[in-house]
Amino acid sequence: MRNGVIMHWLAATLKSSIGRKSVMAGSGLLLAIFLFAHLAGNAMAFFGRATFDAYAARLHATGPLIPVFETALALVVLIHIYFGLGLFFENLAARPSRYEVVANSGGQTFASMTMPYTGLLILVFIFHHLAGFYLADSSTVSDLVRQNLSRPVTAAYYIFSLLALTLHTSHGFWSMTQTLGLSHPKYDLLIERLALAASIVIGTVFILIPVLVLFRPGFLS
Amino acid sequence: MKINLTLKIRRQSSPDEKGQFRTYPSGPISTDISFLEMLDILNERLTREGEEPVAFDHDCREGICGTCGAVVNGIPHGPAKKTTLCQLHMRHFREGDTLVIEPFRARAFKLEKDLVVDRSAFDRIIREGGYVSVNTGSAPEANTIPVPQNIAEQAMNGAECIGCGACVAACPNASAMLFVGAKISQLALLPQGGPERSRRALAMVRKMDELGFGNCGNERECEAACPKGISIRNIARMNREFLRAAICSDEE
Ligand code: HEM
Ligand code: SF4
Ligand code: FES
Repeated sequence: MRNGVIMHWLAATLKSSIGRKSVMAGSGLLLAIFLFAHLAGNAMAFFGRATFDAYAARLHATGPLIPVFETALALVVLIHIYFGLGLFFENLAARPSRYEVVANSGGQTFASMTMPYTGLLILVFIFHHLAGFYLADSSTVSDLVRQNLSRPVTAAYYIFSLLALTLHTSHGFWSMTQTLGLSHPKYDLLIERLALAASIVIGTVFILIPVLVLFRPGFLS
Repeated sequence: MKINLTLKIRRQSSPDEKGQFRTYPSGPISTDISFLEMLDILNERLTREGEEPVAFDHDCREGICGTCGAVVNGIPHGPAKKTTLCQLHMRHFREGDTLVIEPFRARAFKLEKDLVVDRSAFDRIIREGGYVSVNTGSAPEANTIPVPQNIAEQAMNGAECIGCGACVAACPNASAMLFVGAKISQLALLPQGGPERSRRALAMVRKMDELGFGNCGNERECEAACPKGISIRNIARMNREFLRAAICSDEE
C-alpha cells in the first residue's frame, strides 16, 4: 500500500482505545523491568556499605550509558503519564452523569479503582526522590541514603509512596497481561499469582531500605 | 409471602428534560413475582391514579433477548448474579428494603425516558462486522466444516451475550469492551468467521471508539454484572485480534 504516509496504520492504531491501552501496558512493562534492575541495585545495600558504594561507583563508571538510559526512562515515564491521563479523562467523559447509588458489582478492587491516583503519587515521589539525589552534596551513596532517610518524616514519606507503588503494580502487572491479550485457561492463575508476587517483592525490598535506616542504627555505616 | 418496599425511581419524561427521583411505596408485593412484574403492578396503580407510568424496556421476559435492564441499588440487573432484570425475583429482597432504580448511564447510551436508554450504539458496532459473508443457495451439509468441540464451546460462550448493555452500565469507565469482545470472539473462533477476521476486529473496535465508550481498565465489573457470565477472557482475545489485525494483517 503506497498512500504517501509512512505507516499511517500505526497512527490509527495509536489513536484507538486498544492501541493506547497497549502503550500503557508496554510502558508499564518497561517501567517494571527498570524497577527490577533498580531493586537489584538496592539489594547491594543489604551486603553492607562497601558493597553498596562499590556498586554505585561501578554504575557511574559506565559513563555515557547513564544519560542515555536516563533519557529513555524519562521518555517512558512521560509516555505512560501522557497516555494514562488521556485515558483517564476520556473515561470520565464516557459517563457524564453519576449514579445515585455507587456500588461494586464484585470486580473492582481498591488497587484497580485507584490507578490514576496511585500513579500521580508515584510521579510526585519520583520528583522528590530524584531531587534528594541530584540536589545533594556529593558524598557516597551510603551516606546520602542515610542522610535522607534518617529523618523519620522522609522515611515515612518513602514508605507511603512505595506502598502506593505496590498498590499500582498489584493491579497494573496483571492488567498489563490482560491488555496485551495474554489469557489462557491453563496459565491465567499462574499469571495472576506471578503478577501479584512481583509487585509484593518490589514493594517489600524497596521498603526494607527506609525501614532498616530507621530501625537499625548501624545500617550502611 | 408478601413484602413491602420503598421504590425510588428516576423519572425523566424526555431526553432533554432534567430527571429527578420519585419515591413510591410498592404496596404488598408477592416474593414469587419478577422485578418487571413488580413494576407492572406499580404502573397499573400509577395509571389509575392519573400519573404517567414508569417507562422501562422489556420484551421476552425470559432472560434471552437483552431488552430489559436498569440499575438497582447501584448494580445493573440487580443483586442476583447471572440474572437479567426480567428474571430477577422479588424473593431476593427483604421487607422494608429501599430500592433505588435508575437507568444505565453512559454517554453512548442516550436516555430516552425514565428507565429507557437508546442502546442502538451496539447495533452500529454489530453492523461494522458482527456478521459472516456466506454464499446463498442450498443449505450446506451439516458438519461440512469440522469445528472442535472445545472451540465451539468457547465461541458459544461469546455468543451467549444478549447485548443488554449491563457491562457498559457497570463499568466505571463506561467501556463496551466486554460486549465487543464477546461479539468479536464468537466469530473469530470459528472457521466461518475466518475470511473477515482482521477487518472485523479493526472495524468493530474503531466504531466502538467513535461512539464515545470509555476504555477498559481491567476492573472486572462488567463480568461481575453480566447476566450471561461473559468472561473478560473475551476482552483479552479481542485485544489480541485487534493488535494482530493492526500490526500483521494487510487490512487498513
Ligand atoms: C515505576 C512506576 C510505574 C509502573 C511500574 C507502572 C506500571 C503500570 C502498569 C503495568 C499498568 C497497567 C497497564 C494496563 O492496564 O495495561 C499501569 C497503569 C496505569 N498507570 Fe502506571 N506505572 C508506573 C507509574 C505511573 C505514573 C507515574 C503514573 C502517572 C500518572 C501512572 C498512571 C497510570 C494509570 C492512570 C494507569 C491506568 C491506565 C488504564 O488502565 O487506563 N503510572 N501502570
Ligand atoms: S457482555 Fe453480558 S452484560 Fe454485556 S451486553 Fe453482553 S450479555 Fe449484556
Ligand atoms: S426482557 Fe428479554 S432479557 Fe429481559
